[in-house]
Amino acid sequence: MSFKTIADNIGWQQTQESIYSKTEVDVKNALVSSKATLEDFKALISPAAEPFLEEMAQKSQKLTLERFGKTIQFYVPMYLSNECQNICTYCGFSLDVKLDRKTLSDQEILEEVKVIKSYGYDHILLVTGEANKTVGVAYIKNAIELIKPYFSHIAIEVQPLDKEEYEELISVGLNTVLVYQETYNRENYKKHHPKGKKSNYDFRIETHDRLGEAGIHKMGVGVLIGLEDWRTDSFFAASHLDYLERKYWKTNYTVSFPRLRPCAGGVELKSVMTDRQLVQLICAYRIFNQEVELSMSTRESDTFRNNIIKLGITSISADSKTDPGGYANPNANLEQFEIHDKRTTSDFVKKVIEQGYEPVFKGWDSGLQ
Amino acid sequence: MNELIIGGKKFSSRLFTGTGKFKSSVEMEQALLASGSELVTMALKRVDVKNEKDNILTHLNHSQFNLLPNTSGVRTAKEAVFAAELAREALETNFIKLEIHPDPKYLMPDPIETLIATEELVKKGFIVMPYIHADPVLCKRLEDVGTHAVMPLGSPIGSNKGVRTSDFLEIIIDQATVPVVVDAGIGAPSHAAFAMELGADAVLVNTAIAVSEHPTQMAIAFKLAVEAGRMAYEAKLGRVSHTAKASSPLTDFLG
Repeated sequence: MSFKTIADNIGWQQTQESIYSKTEVDVKNALVSSKATLEDFKALISPAAEPFLEEMAQKSQKLTLERFGKTIQFYVPMYLSNECQNICTYCGFSLDVKLDRKTLSDQEILEEVKVIKSYGYDHILLVTGEANKTVGVAYIKNAIELIKPYFSHIAIEVQPLDKEEYEELISVGLNTVLVYQETYNRENYKKHHPKGKKSNYDFRIETHDRLGEAGIHKMGVGVLIGLEDWRTDSFFAASHLDYLERKYWKTNYTVSFPRLRPCAGGVELKSVMTDRQLVQLICAYRIFNQEVELSMSTRESDTFRNNIIKLGITSISADSKTDPGGYANPNANLEQFEIHDKRTTSDFVKKVIEQGYEPVFKGWDSGLQ
Repeated sequence: MNELIIGGKKFSSRLFTGTGKFKSSVEMEQALLASGSELVTMALKRVDVKNEKDNILTHLNHSQFNLLPNTSGVRTAKEAVFAAELAREALETNFIKLEIHPDPKYLMPDPIETLIATEELVKKGFIVMPYIHADPVLCKRLEDVGTHAVMPLGSPIGSNKGVRTSDFLEIIIDQATVPVVVDAGIGAPSHAAFAMELGADAVLVNTAIAVSEHPTQMAIAFKLAVEAGRMAYEAKLGRVSHTAKASSPLTDFLG
């Protein structure tokens, strides 16, 4: 059985009703429990928990410190290509968006590496669109082999692959795969992914099972916040995490909270999440799961990012470019979305240290899987 | 106090420490110096052994400290042996803290892989200190293959829950022919003192020092607690009596 069956059984409507009917008592019980359950998670992300944000933040900070200490892992994304055969209503790389298209050559990848290494990064996230002819498994494999000597930890955020393809990439040094369901609402998923391989909801939702079977070291789950009611969607993501942790118990997990950013041809958001609600969600995840990595990108503002590292986030990017070649040869006409926090790595590092945290660049070793 | 010897190396401090979770390397250095600790563990995955200016290693460059690289992050015996060899080559020490936890959530040590790796590393000349459950039989099996110490957990790593495995630690200590180092879960100086009173040869403390608001002060508190616990153990603690002394002894009639 894969998570698809479980997701179908959870049911969107009843989950939503259940979350919105949580009460103050449910929230208080969740806050005092030593091991929060999925039902507790529902209470913590519910409107009833909003008055308890400070208590949630205090608890989240304590749990995070105990497990992760005063450290923040740094990583940086590298966009390899913005070619894409999918139509996604919210994405700047969507096939129907008029945008210059580019896929990096070996030489261009190494130019990017040179700049990224000069900033100090040792954990890298490779990102592509979905264009199997130009940016298929062979291309990704080549890119991993090319950059392996320079990085301790390599992650990818690309199209979902088959188990055998993941095994092939793991064998050349891939450590982590991020695949976000975008939304767990089947009907709405279809609406936002009308064309291309990505329109197959079932293939996407079973990706993490294929990754688990392939024996990946770490995988990431999450939803694209804004496409659907964030509370209900996040409950599905947390259930997904819970299922995966029990089934693929040797794998590490990471959760992200991307809020939709304005991009070329972007869709109007169905659900707008406030900063307070984003903090609520992050703290709810931490209280629900003390051990999971919680990750944040440069989609958020300077102030938000300065402060959120104390509340549960354990992995963060900085200085990011979302256009292929953006570090060595920036070109805004190629970018996926405009990032919010544009500070340099060294400026952000200073800020992290000021908050009493140690920025960690090397948290893994290339000799480990 | 009696001396502690592991793998031929004498230790006058029975407080072992770790480098993780500090807010800065400077704070780590100050706290570890103050702790009096002579054996400091660091995760191989966190240090950049190719870099002479590595932020952790440069702050451990004191004669007080002996380095104890650990294999945290490996999932199998094979990976552990590979990591140990990398550590030995880079850090020029035979000491290795063997940590094999295939489960990244609770970081529970894998007894089967640990036994296999210990046997192989001993043969390769390492001073092996395996992190294990408080399992008395596993300790004897590790002794059989030549381990230099055993490091049973007090409670889950990083949990600060204290010594929850004391019944099993007592059996391990009673049977041991190698030093017993209580590792993981020690969250307060009183926990450390308790482990030492039980007869542990040393304790390893990291999280409780690193995440405290005043790590240096906390390090000193642990130093004192470990010394107090050891002194009490060597002075022979009085037995705890659960019954009052009978006022009319039952055997008086025997004269």
